Formats: sequence, C-alpha cells, structure tokens
Amino acid sequence: MIEMMTANYAAAHGARLARADVVAVYPITPQTSISEKCAEMVEKGEMDAKFMMMESEHSAMSALIGASYVGARTFTATSSHGLALMHEMLMWAVGARRPIVMPVAARTIGGPWNIWGEHQDVITERDVGWLQIFCENNQEVLDTVLMAYRVAEDPEVMLPVMVIEDGFILSHTVDSVDVPDQEAVDRYLPPFRPEHPVSIERPMRHGGVVMPDWWTEFRHRIYLSQEVARTKLLEAEEAFQKEFGRSYGGMMELYRCDDADAVLVVAGSAAGTAKEVADKLREEGKKVGVAKLRVFRPFPAQEVHHLGKKVRTVGVFDRSYTFGDGGAMFNEVRSALHGQRNNMKNYIGGLGGRDVTVKNIEWIFEDLLKIASSGKVDRTVEWVALKDGSGRW
Amino acid sequence: MLEVRFHGRGGQGAVVASEILAKAAVREGKYASAFPFFGVERRGAPVMAFCRIDNRPIRIHAGIYDPDHVVVLDPALMGMIDVTEGQKEDGTLLINTSHTREELNIPNGRRTVLVDATAIALRRGLGSATAPIVNTAILGAFARACPEVGIDSILESIKDSVPAKREQNLAAAQDAYKQLEGL
Repeated sequence: MIEMMTANYAAAHGARLARADVVAVYPITPQTSISEKCAEMVEKGEMDAKFMMMESEHSAMSALIGASYVGARTFTATSSHGLALMHEMLMWAVGARRPIVMPVAARTIGGPWNIWGEHQDVITERDVGWLQIFCENNQEVLDTVLMAYRVAEDPEVMLPVMVIEDGFILSHTVDSVDVPDQEAVDRYLPPFRPEHPVSIERPMRHGGVVMPDWWTEFRHRIYLSQEVARTKLLEAEEAFQKEFGRSYGGMMELYRCDDADAVLVVAGSAAGTAKEVADKLREEGKKVGVAKLRVFRPFPAQEVHHLGKKVRTVGVFDRSYTFGDGGAMFNEVRSALHGQRNNMKNYIGGLGGRDVTVKNIEWIFEDLLKIASSGKVDRTVEWVALKDGSGRW
Repeated sequence: MLEVRFHGRGGQGAVVASEILAKAAVREGKYASAFPFFGVERRGAPVMAFCRIDNRPIRIHAGIYDPDHVVVLDPALMGMIDVTEGQKEDGTLLINTSHTREELNIPNGRRTVLVDATAIALRRGLGSATAPIVNTAILGAFARACPEVGIDSILESIKDSVPAKREQNLAAAQDAYKQLEGL
C-alpha cells in the first residue's frame, strides 16, 4: 500500500515489518522521530517489541548487544553526537558478531552546533566494521532495513549494518512509500535464529580476552565476513526484487554511464538530484552519468575498477571531509582506480545542511566535461559553492 | 513538475499544509514530496514549506528556488520578506488576507488570489484570534485558485491528516472553496 511518510517513519516501519524484538534508543535530532514512531507502534500494539528508553546511545548499543546474544532481532537509530558516543560499542558489536540494524539520519558533529545533514558522522565510523549502505530516497530506506537484516543475520556474515539516510533531506521529507505486506516480508525475512544463543539453560561466556596468538585470526574472520557480505548483499537484493519488484543497483548503481564522457560518483539523496541533472544534460547532447555509491562498507572496489575502465573522467562528491588528501569516498575511488589512467577530481559540498542544488551539480558536470576534453585536472579537491567571492558558483 | 512554496509562521500549519497538498496529489495518481525549510522551528517564527508534484517519481532532493505557486498564510510576512522571490511569472500568488490587492501593494501582472482564511478558520473554531490555524482553509482556496489539485482529494487528504477537529477543518476548506466560486 502506498503511504506518504518521511524516511524516519519508513525506517520505523522497516523495523516493525522485520519484527524487531528489541528497540533500545536515545533521542537525537534528526533521528528522533524514528524512535518516537517505534514507541508509538509498540504502545498501540502494532509492533511486538520490547521498547527501551536508555540513558545514552552508548547504553542503547550495549543493550542491543546483550539482547542479540539471547537471540533477539535488535533495532536502534541515531545521528551525529549519538553515533560518536556509541563509537566504542559500535566496535564491540562487530567483535561480538551481532547483526544489529541501525538507521542513521546522517548529520554534522559539532562544534559549533549544527543539527543539519551531511555524512561526517557516518564517514567517521567507516573503519569500525559495520556494513554501511547509503539510501537515495524514503522507499530505499524501508527496503534497505529489510535487506540489511537478511544480510546481517546470514551465518556467514553476522555483522551489524548501518542504513544511512540524509538528515532532514530524507528524514523529514514526506514522499510516497510502498509499505509491503507483513506476509511478504515474512516470506523474505525468516526469523533470527543465531547458532549460539545465550540462555539461562545454556550459560556461556562471550567477549573474554583474545590473546596475541589468536587476535589476528579473529580480525581476519571479520575481514572474511565483510568480503562474503558483497555476495550476500547482491543475493539479498535479488531475492528482494523477486518478492517486492524493487531493486537499487547492487553495490553501486550505474545510471547512464555506458557511453559517458564523465561520471559523478555520489552517495545518498544527492544521487537522485544528480540523475535528474544527468537526464537534462543528456538532452543537450552532453554525455554524463551518475554512479550512485550505495554500499560504502564493504567498498565496491571491483565495481569502481570496471567503471574506470569504461569512463575516463571520474568525479567524486563527498558530503564530509577527512583531512587527508581529499574526502573519504574520493580516496576509496582513487585507490580502486590505481594504475588506471583516469582523470579524477573530488568535490566537497552539501555540508551542515547546505543545499546541493541542481545548479551545483550542473556546474560539477560541466567542470568534469572540461576535464574530459582537455585531459587536464586543474585541482584535486574543490570545495563547492564557497562564499569566497570568486563568483565561480 | 509543479513546485509550490508556503510562507507562514510556526504554529499556523504551513508544514502540514504542504504535506496535505502532496498527499492530495498522490491520491490523484501523481507523485509528490513535501518538506519544510529545515530551520530551528519556534512558534511564531517565519517558516517555509515546499511541495513538488509530478507525473513521475520525484528524484530531486534539493530546495525549491523558483516555485510555480506561492501560498502566504500570514500576510504580515509580506512586509518582511519578498514572498514572490524567484516565483515563475505564470504562477499564482495565494494570500490569506482581509485586505485588498491595492492595500497589500501587489504589483500588476502577477495572478493573485486573496482569501480571508483567518476569518473562515475562526468561524470554524480553528485556533484562536491571536493564533488561528488557517492551513485547511487556505488549501480549500488553493483547490479553486490552482487547477493542478482537485478539492475532493484535498478534502480526503485533510480527513487523513488533521489530528483534531476533523469536521471543522473540512468545513473550513469547503468554505474557502465556495467563497472563491467563479474565480
């Protein structure tokens, strides 16, 4: 049934349809209405879950790790400082191999205070071992929550997943969402049955010391599971397509890239705007395409490698900055294209709630086309739409 | 694609109005999205809300800078900001006011529709004299002033969306729609 709702409500409905058993939360803008909607659905009896209002995000994640050991399907949501406060337990959830699913309404981290959207909070957590999936629209948020449980709980994966929605831009925008039937979701997503559940009858110890002689093997296993997750993500999406008739292009969706002179790699809601702009420029005979970076962890290095063979000029839009040499997404793309002769340029923008406009993306494509025809990259990193009086924007 | 911008103050229902309009368009088989200007909302502060309507899924996730139609819930805002900023020339400006076009000093050339949504809302018991809730009345007027979304789907959408005083809200929308008959 088509309903009009925000991405936050779509995420909450995802948790309901997935039959999450335990929801432990602490409110933070712009995630709060995910938690509120879950609380409301539990209160009304529409969602059969234990709802726990915690004293912090750190506690929320800790509670879910415990609940997951017992065999509960677990859900929470956060943003920004909440995600940062969780940092320690994010890593613990990975080491404990707990298949927790958590939407993040991506936002800045202060100071100074800024409650608006960008990718800095989730990009900062890129190395903790969670799978990270960026969503373009509200429908994709609901659908990805369902796919995320299927992948996370796969015995060969057993890793937590972040489902990333752009703060405010998706979290507070009302759009059409096809809410699947419970029966269809039940067919798609079997109940969570961990191989080694903890119970009073079967007491066991988890998370004790791993000595130096095994730690490397322990970490290597997590690496292997991340690698297996690549295939599992594609399988989960294929099965989703069969059951619900929707899919999102796998690890990285290629939009009009086949004969493109230049492509822009972009994650999240801005990918939709970029597709719209690509259509417009194509009508003018300008051959541009969009590579929507959907899965950031594990990183689709092979897919990027193939894209680089097809298209010479590759721009990457980062909605955060990592104070190295370019943004995090740019560096991953550059690494995947190592040894190939691609023209590459990084665009930093959409920070702290600044709009990524149609005009911004038009300018980026025109800039990339200039690079494509001249073969010269004027600079590696460009911060877009700066108020520097240069008049370029 | 049709783009609509709402100007109001926190508490008047501009954000809900944009959502009701989007839901009404979807009822008619179209696609729509609605979003507020993401400020730090406070009661009484100027707010903006936006709605996009199209015959295919909405992919743009950027702000609206050159709207077709502009809806003003509080005419006092017109002294503070240029509500027609960026508006397309052939779009309609719909204003909640008890004043005339001359009194509001609206330049010629812009198709402008005036409706006293505050009086209608108060007659229907929506909000108070100092804080009337005018969003449903102005949406009734919108259905008459702008051909893109019909009154029936707006009424159905109001029925689904308002948390309280459902009958009064529906009546307010119908009052405004009737008042502008022959437009």
